[in-house]
This record gives sequence, structure tokens and C-alpha cells, in this order.
Amino acid sequence: MSTTNPRRRLLAIGGALAAAALTLTACTNSSDDGDNDNAANAGAGDNAETGETVRIGFSAPAADHGWMGAITDAAVDQAGAFDDVELVHAEGTNDVNLQISQVETFINDKVDAIVLLPFDGAAMTDVATRAMEAGIPVINVDREFDSPFAARTTVLGDNYGMGVSAGSYVCEQADGNTDAIVAEIAGIDSLPLTQDRSRGFKDALADCGLKVSNRVAAEFTVETGERAAANLLQAAPKIDFLWNHDDDQGVGVLAAIENAGRDEFVMIGGAGSANVMRSIEADDTVLKATVIYPSTQGADGIKLARLIAQGRSMSDLAEVEVPRVVQLAAPTVTKENVDQYVDSAFES
Amino acid sequence: MSTSSVTGSAQPTTAGPEKRARSLGVARNLGLVVALALLCVVGLVTAGDRFASTDNVITVLSLASAIGVVAIGMTFVITGGGIDLSVGAIVALASVWASTTGTQAMAEDVGWIVIVTTAIGVGIACGVINGVLIAYGKIVPFIATLAMLASARGLAEIIADRKTQIIRDQGFRDALGARPFGIPVIVFLFAIVVVAGWFLLNRTTFGRRTFAVGGNTEAARLAGIKVQRHTVYLYALLGATCGLAAVMLMSRTQTGSSTHGLMWELDAIAAVVIGGTLLSGGRGTVVGTLLGVLIFTTLTNVFTLNNLSTSVQAVAKGVIIVVAVLLQQRLANRST
Repeated sequence: MSTTNPRRRLLAIGGALAAAALTLTACTNSSDDGDNDNAANAGAGDNAETGETVRIGFSAPAADHGWMGAITDAAVDQAGAFDDVELVHAEGTNDVNLQISQVETFINDKVDAIVLLPFDGAAMTDVATRAMEAGIPVINVDREFDSPFAARTTVLGDNYGMGVSAGSYVCEQADGNTDAIVAEIAGIDSLPLTQDRSRGFKDALADCGLKVSNRVAAEFTVETGERAAANLLQAAPKIDFLWNHDDDQGVGVLAAIENAGRDEFVMIGGAGSANVMRSIEADDTVLKATVIYPSTQGADGIKLARLIAQGRSMSDLAEVEVPRVVQLAAPTVTKENVDQYVDSAFES
Repeated sequence: MSTSSVTGSAQPTTAGPEKRARSLGVARNLGLVVALALLCVVGLVTAGDRFASTDNVITVLSLASAIGVVAIGMTFVITGGGIDLSVGAIVALASVWASTTGTQAMAEDVGWIVIVTTAIGVGIACGVINGVLIAYGKIVPFIATLAMLASARGLAEIIADRKTQIIRDQGFRDALGARPFGIPVIVFLFAIVVVAGWFLLNRTTFGRRTFAVGGNTEAARLAGIKVQRHTVYLYALLGATCGLAAVMLMSRTQTGSSTHGLMWELDAIAAVVIGGTLLSGGRGTVVGTLLGVLIFTTLTNVFTLNNLSTSVQAVAKGVIIVVAVLLQQRLANRST
């Protein structure tokens, strides 16, 4: 444990620096136009200048979940904010075969760049590599490909960082109490993203001598969240802290908490939906914080795809090329700083 | 009379078929009762007071209620020789439609009645469409309900715009969230559906016709049963239970969502099959289905109380399905 933690911290710091650079650009922009209705903005400095018109192909999984819906909406809005971007938007699909054919169509159409949030990163690696070989830069969003040759740039959230943020918040609130009972409601257990979140949570808790006493997995839906939480609340008659990985399933988790009449603990959410943030702001439930998994990754993918296709760099970086990897931060949202995040949050 | 003789033809045809059928039912349910009792023993040994607490028992029954109501409806359809893969999607559509309608201005005063009747109405409508496509359109149940699965889920997504719709109607929350004698209303609703389902299947002409249609369609037709109309009734009945389940789910989660009821078709079919209802039709038991649902719900509860992973739970669920069906076959063979 002692050998892995510093390395992870280094990685986290590296990721945070990259994210800070990107966030800096985003912050500057949003204050410029003052429009906070969506995350779309036209960029600032040299990057805002209209360049040659580029065609960008965009493909993502079906928007069957609040967060995924927000990803697509933000990407489409972002493309609309630029005069020099023509977006070719493929229908969202959870069928890998269909998504492969969508990318093949983009290749045949000779688009200038492809922004791809794969349903399954491994399954889409081959076709993404073919696009790269055809000279079309691929911007990989959220779920990574298996090969570094398959993408020009990768935009990632920070699942491990979400766990770290949630765990650090618990440690801070526990304030040295090593007997605190910590419970966790994960998403789909078989997904690497869930495993990363849980690992980060466990590692951060270990730093203050805590561990997860009760853990249960749901399936990212309201109904499964309610079901898992109802059982978990029976398993743990007393809880001090509860981390729920996902705010969409969190609606069900909160309903189960209300049904059980429990309020002795502090709950932390995950992903950062607008209704959860409003609830944190109102401070009327056990939900006191949430950790963000940005739903603007697709939008950032579009911005980077535009720059890459136009052969430009990121104006806020000294580097002359767009970076290979951009990892977004996973900040903790509380009543104190919710104003900062609620406008860019997604509606679940 | 003619219908019961048809029922008999689906059972082993030696002397005293009715008596044998009854003993068969007992043997089947006995296996399930033993399985449920074993699970309870495991729960008691490993989680003790937490498992046996009133709160926990009520939680298990509440969790079993909505899927249980769907499984009872599914028992009728499978007994009648059909299958329905669209139940989860119908639950989603009913919940979304009802939560949308129930929150309109015109429904303010009677919101909860609108929500309940809309949900059940949508469920029945979907069931009738399924039934008509199968009975009169001659589309095999698997395909017709697969089409309904896709379109109902899609329609739910369109209506809800893929958002979770929170029900703020206090009347609905008060009416469906009430707990007379400390027991949630939805548990009473489940109990009523179980008793009504048992009565309908075992003590009425409708039930006898269901056995007849599922056992031998041609014989049922020759016996004067309007097979097509009865098939529509069966799917409409299942649709109604889906609508009711949507109401129950809405009362628990206080939301309508297009993601409600995902994979419920498999859970409901699994509960019906381990309950002893033949997938080929002609034989079905409501009590078996009830036990099947309770076994699955208790299993999840015991696993969570012991902090075991969902993957292990999935394996255990699979093993239980296979063991229960094997056990039932052995008991059934022994009693013939």
C-alpha cells in the first residue's frame, strides 16, 4: 500500500494539472459570454478565432441514462457554438456492431476528425485504429481504447479520483474517528469504472484508518438503487457515512433512505447531477456532497477535435500540439461551493 | 367438465388424475418451501437478529411486491401457453406515462387516482396489443412481446425525454406510501393479488380455460373455448399487473423512469419457472410463483446482510434455478 499510494498521487497530480489547464480555459470562456445554460462555449484567445471549416463525426452510446444523455447534448451544443464546425452526429447506440459501422461511415465520408465515446473501448479499438490509419484523428472520450495507436487524444474523467475525493471527504468529516461506519453503494460491479471508483475510495479511507463496512452494487438505475439501498440499510443498522457512486441511481437510494426513516448519516453522491446539487444547496436531506464525473467530456472532445483538425494548438498551453491525454478533475461539491458547479451539472 | 378433462390430458393420465395433480402440487411447493426455509436458516445463522427483525421482513416483502405482482400475471400467460418478454418495458412505460399525467395541472386534486388508473390503463392497453398480435395476428408470443419490449421502452424514453420524473403529488405519496399496522400498502396489494390470482386460476372457469388453452389449444377450441379471446384476456391481465407493479414501484421510488423494470422479464420468468409452472403451458401454480419470488428476494437480502458480492449472488441465483427445477422434476417423477 505504501508503495502504490505515492505513485497514484503523482498520477493524480499530473492529471489534476492537465485538468487545471483545461478548466482554466473553460472558466475564462464561461465568464466571457456569461451564458451558463449549457456547457457550450466558443473558446477564448487564439482558439476562439474562426478557422477553416471542419467536419467532425460524433458517436456515443444510447442516452439511456441522465449522464450519458448530458454527454451527447453537451457535445452537440458545443459543436453548435462554433461557426467552423459541421457535426455529423450518429444515433446513440449500445450495439457495438452498429457503432463500428457508424465509424466506418465516417471514414468513408472522409470527415476531418472523429469524436468517439465507445460503448465498449476494447471492441472499438480496431475500427478506431483504421480511422487513424486513414489519416482521420480520433478523439477518444471517457472509455479508453486498448491501443495507444487508436486515438490521437483521449479525454478522460477520473473514476479513481472520484473515489479518492469521496473518501477524502469522509476522512475530513470523520475528523479522526476511526470507528466510523462507512457504507458504499456501487454501480455495475463488472465495469472497470466501478472497480476504479471503489479502489480510490478504499485507498483514501485507508489513509485515515477507515474501511468500508457494508458494500452493495446496483445498476445505475433509480429502481436498482432503491432496491440495493433498502437491503443495505437493513444490513447496517447504524451508518456514519454512505457513498453512492451515481446520482441517477441516487434518486432511488434517497427514496429508500426516506422509506426506512433513516437520517443518522452523511451521504455523498457521485457524478454530480443538477437535482443532487440543488438538494445539497437546500440542505434538506442526508445528502451533503457529491463528487463530479464531468458530463462535458464529449464537449471537450469536440473542442479538441476542432483544434486538431485545424492543425492548431491549445492557446493556454506552451506546447505546440494538443495533448495526448486530458484527464478532468473529480472535485467534491458541497453546500459551500455548489454555486460554482450547479450551472454545468446535468439533469438526471 | 370438458375443460377439466382437457386439463387432465396435460397431466399424467392414469387413474385419479385430480388427486395426483393435487399431491404433485404439494410436492412441488414442498421443495420450494424447504429451499426458502433453508435460506431463512442461513439468514438467521449468519445475520441473526438483523435478518429476523420486523423491519427486515417488511423490507423483503416490500421488495418482493412489485416484481411479485408481475410474476403472478406471468404465471397466467405461461400457464396459457404463452410468454411475455415485454413486462419490464411495460412497467417503465406505465410509470412514465402515469407520472407525466399525474403531474399535469388538471390532475392536481385527484393526482393519485389519475396516476394509479393511468398506469393500470397503460398496462392493460399494452397487454391487449400483445394479446391481439399473438391471438389474431398469429405472431409467436416471443416475437410479438419482443417488439413490445423495444417499442414500449422507446416510447417511455420519448415521453420522459430520458429523464427521471419525480412524483411530487402528496396525495399519491400518502395513499400508496401508507403503512396500516406498520405494513406498507404495497405489501397488502401484493397479498391481494396473490389470493385473487390463486382463486382465479384454481377456482374459476377462467382458470380452467387457461389450463386448457395452455395444455392443448386445439382440444380447448373443440371444447368450445374461444381460444383467441382468452389469449387476449391473459395478456391484458398480465398488462394490468404490470401497471399495478409500476404504481408500486412509483410509490417506493417516488419516480417514473424509462429505466424502471430493466430485466424484470427474466426475473419474473425465473420465478414462475422455479415455482413449477411449465414453460410449455398447461400447468401452473400461483403459490409456487410466490415462493419463487420470495426465494430470490430473500437470497439478495441474505447476501447483502452478509456483505457478499453481487457476482457471487448471480452465481447462486443460477444454481438455485437449476437445482429447483431438477428437484421439481425428481419430485414430479416420484409422484407419478
